[in-house]
Order: sequence, then C-alpha cells, then structure tokens
Amino acid sequence: MSIAARFRVDYAGFALDVDLDLPGSGVTALFGRSGCGKTTLLRCMAGLERGAGRLAVNGETWQDAGTFVPTHRRPLGYVFQDARLFAHLDVARNLDFGARRSGSAGAVRRDAVVELLGLGPLLDRLPARLSGGEQQRVAIARALLAGPRLLLMDEPLASLDHARKQEFLPWLERVRDELEIPVIYVSHAPDEVARLADHLVVMDAGRVVAQGPLAETLARVDLPIKLGEDAGAVFAATVAERDAEWHLARVEFPGGELWVRDNGTPVGRVVRVRILARDVSIANSRHEDSSILNVLPATVLAHAAEDHPSQVLVQLRVGENLLLGRLTRRSAQRLDLAPGREVWVQIKAVALVG
Amino acid sequence: MIESANFAADLAAIWLTVKLAAVTTLLLLLIGTPIAWWLARTRSAWKGPVGAVVALPIVLPPTVLGFYLLLLMGPEGVVGKLTTAAGMGLLPFSFSGLVVASVIYSMPFVVQPLQNAFEAIGDGPLEAAATLRASPLDAFFSVALPLAKPGFLTATILGFAHTVGEFGVVLMIGGNIPDKTRVVSVLIYDHVEAMEYGRAHWLAGGMVAFSFVVLLALYWLNPTGRRRT
Repeated sequence: MSIAARFRVDYAGFALDVDLDLPGSGVTALFGRSGCGKTTLLRCMAGLERGAGRLAVNGETWQDAGTFVPTHRRPLGYVFQDARLFAHLDVARNLDFGARRSGSAGAVRRDAVVELLGLGPLLDRLPARLSGGEQQRVAIARALLAGPRLLLMDEPLASLDHARKQEFLPWLERVRDELEIPVIYVSHAPDEVARLADHLVVMDAGRVVAQGPLAETLARVDLPIKLGEDAGAVFAATVAERDAEWHLARVEFPGGELWVRDNGTPVGRVVRVRILARDVSIANSRHEDSSILNVLPATVLAHAAEDHPSQVLVQLRVGENLLLGRLTRRSAQRLDLAPGREVWVQIKAVALVG
Repeated sequence: MIESANFAADLAAIWLTVKLAAVTTLLLLLIGTPIAWWLARTRSAWKGPVGAVVALPIVLPPTVLGFYLLLLMGPEGVVGKLTTAAGMGLLPFSFSGLVVASVIYSMPFVVQPLQNAFEAIGDGPLEAAATLRASPLDAFFSVALPLAKPGFLTATILGFAHTVGEFGVVLMIGGNIPDKTRVVSVLIYDHVEAMEYGRAHWLAGGMVAFSFVVLLALYWLNPTGRRRT
C-alpha cells in the first residue's frame, strides 16, 4: 500500500521535479511556502494539470509514459481552497453530484457523512447561504461521497479566519480518524500540519527537500526551510491522570511524562503534544526553584545555526521522543552543549493539538 | 372592407415576423451555444479570427451582408448550387432564405452573451465536476448550462428582438412578398412610401412598445445582466 508519484513540469519561471513514495494510508502533509509547487503537485496527481511523470495509487496506475487516466475516471476526492460548490444546486444535490456518478463504488454512506460533518440542518440550503466553514464541510462531504480511494486537499482552511479554523479542524480530525482513506493535505501552516499530519513532505522551489514521519521530520534541525517561531516537536502521548484541584492533566509518553492544561480529554485517550522550540530552555542541573512544571532529563543530539546569528536550534532526546530547543549561541557555548551531553530541559508551554 | 383587408395584411406581417424571429432564435441557440463554448474555452490561435467573423454583422451595413448572401445563395452561388442539387430550390425570396440570413445577421447577439456567461463560470466548477466523476460532456450539461442561465436569457431576448428589428438584410434577400417574406419592418417602409402614415404609425408604435418591453424584461429578469453580459 503506497502512493508513488513522480512528476516533472516546466512552466516559464517555475519547474516542479519530484519523486515521492508516500504511505498508502494516513495523512501526508505537503508543506512549504506559497509558490513552492505543492498545489501544482496536487493538481498533477488529480490529472487537472498534465505533467510528465508517473502516478500509482495503491497498485493502480493513473499515469505513466503511455497512460493518462482523465480526472473524471480517477477514484479520487479533491477539496479546493475555495470550496467550489455548485451555486445552482442546494447542499443535498451538491452531495449527490459525485455520489450518483460513482455508482456503488462509494463505500461511504451518505447519512454517515452527513452526520460526521454535521450537515443535517444545511441540506436544503443553497451554497450562497452558507458560511465559509460550512461550505468547506460540504465540499469535504461531497468529495467523500464520490467514494475516493485518495483524498486530495488543497489548503481547505486557507480561506477561513482563525475562529472558523478552530471550529473546522475537529471535523477534519474526525474524517481522518474514522475513514480509512489516504489523504494528501497541502498546507503552509505549521500548526495545521502538526495537528493533522502523520507523514510530512517539505517542498521548496518545486523540489522535495525533506520527508518522513511527522515527529522525526519536524524535529530535524537541518530542515532546509526555517520555521522560525513555528519550529517545534510533535509526538503522541496518553492521558494518564486528571488532577481536579489544579485543572491539570498528566500525559505519558515512552520514557517520560508531562503536566498539561486539562482540556477535558478522558484518561486513556491518545493525544498529540506539540512543544515549540522557543518554549524549551536547557540547564545543566535540575532546578527545583522555578515556576516551570515540566522539567525532564534529556540528551543533546545535534544543533544547527538559526537565521539570526545569535540563535541556535538544539535537537534533544527525551525518553524515546525528539524535542527541539532554541537558545542563544552564547548560552549554548556556556553550557557546553556538545552532542551526547546529558542536560535538563525546562518546558514552559505544552499544547495538546488533538 | 378595405380596412379589414389592410388589417389582415398587417396581421400576416406580424405573424411572419414572430415566426421568423422564433425560428431564428431557436436555431441560433443550437448553433451559437457550441460556438460560444468553444470561444470561451479555447486557447487556439483561431479564437481571434472566429470571434471577429461572428462579430462582423455588428459593424457591417445590412445591405453588404444581404448583397453577399444573395450572391452566395443565388443560382450562380456555391450555396445556391448546393441547395438546387439537393432539390430545395433557391433560397432567396423564400422564408428559408430569410431564416438563413437572420441566423447570420443575429449571430453575435446570441453568441456574445453566451460566451461572456461561459467565461464568467471559469475553470473552477468544471474542475470540481471532473473530480466528482463528471465527463466533460456531463459537466457541460449539468454544471455549465445551468450556471450560464442568465446568459441564455439575455441571448434569447437579444436574438429574438434583433431579428424582429432587421430590415436591410430582409429587403436584399427576401424582397417584399406578402405572407412569405414581408415582415413588419418592410411593411412599415411600404406604408410610408404609400403615404399611409396612419397604418405606419400603429405598426411603428407597436415596434417601439415591443422593444421597450423586451429591454425592460431583460433588466427585470436578469438583474445581474450588467455584470454578466
């Protein structure tokens, strides 16, 4: 089960040249700045753009030297940045558009999708009377009901404001968790990637500059594109205890534990934890006299220069997970943070990202 | 007695005009839709020349158009030889000839609103349709046509009204044969020539009223028309 994509596209002033072998399940994020070619790659995979190359999805060839399956014969779902609902059809008819044409191929039941994305009250509305977030929910449902074996999403949150995004993300997580369709998700927002992706492909100027499992790839100090304030590590942890007095929850991960703000997640649930590099500081000995709750033993693995000459990014191992810390070059030298050194990390903020 | 005969002649001309305009508009929607679709979607170098040919009737004097159509459809013309060989006889001075001429004459008034409507739809909805398993033909009928509805309304009204108002081409191609090619605009000309101003008035006034109502309907039925057409 895998997705093999190899594409070469040459436009005036822009070239895309990628050769990818992606997992055939879970969410793969195509991440990079605007104009790095991630949308073009997605359009090539959908057959909306015709680049030279090869594409095989879980054993089915959609494109190679002698084959080009047209878009309407590819069992895919595509969610555009601008929902692109059909303005002349109400929500119910928009949903049925692809479902009717894909015949019984759709394994996804309509009432299940309507329920999953909370579309019940919207079914007889016209797209013009929906908010941006509602339009995107309909667009996702419409794509799912066409029975896709690959779901392509092109920054579905880009047109939403912050509040709408927060409202919409849980719906996306439900889609990810409850349907076993591989998703390729284009984004330039590190927080979306941290929250949704299992696998990460980093693109720059039409090329793939890094790829791998999310936790490993995000925690690399040698990523060719600098994330700046967004640099940070993501890993999975399990809620082990909820403290009613202090409204804190204890989450465990292999080789360590953290206290986080209790957001109501029940004990036993697996959550994603995101720790930004700027919230991690390093000490050579354990300090008991600070306000910081989470102090963990760690090993320095590597470090790399940041864009600003005063800063360095340090990669650390905590238990079995990787962590990034950002500090000044001066502090790094004073603490003598050579690879292999045992230190204590102080974590000022931990976010549960779903 | 004379009064009622005159009235019958006027009614016949009105009926003929309406029939001509209706048949012409119907044919134009059938022929004009694929042309407009092609013009809206193509990246071919032929887009410019084809668009210009379609638009020619807007700038050419109707007499010029009528003159060349007369030559083409006459006994020595290419079209004339074809229609004779097909056993249809010659087209000039027949209702069919008027229809052919009207279709060409009113073409831009149907094609251009349709082309604008198709261009306004853009690639977005059609790409979405393709990702939802709709073949290009399916997407045309289930997405493009319904979305272009305001354009079709404008095209129908303009095509019909413009055919009703034609004069020069009719005179060149159809002449002035009662019940066959004598339409309202030609009859008004006859009345004025014969100094029958009273009869000219009620037909001419009727045309003014008709045109006004048509244009008013266009604005009422299609409030976005100013943007879309």
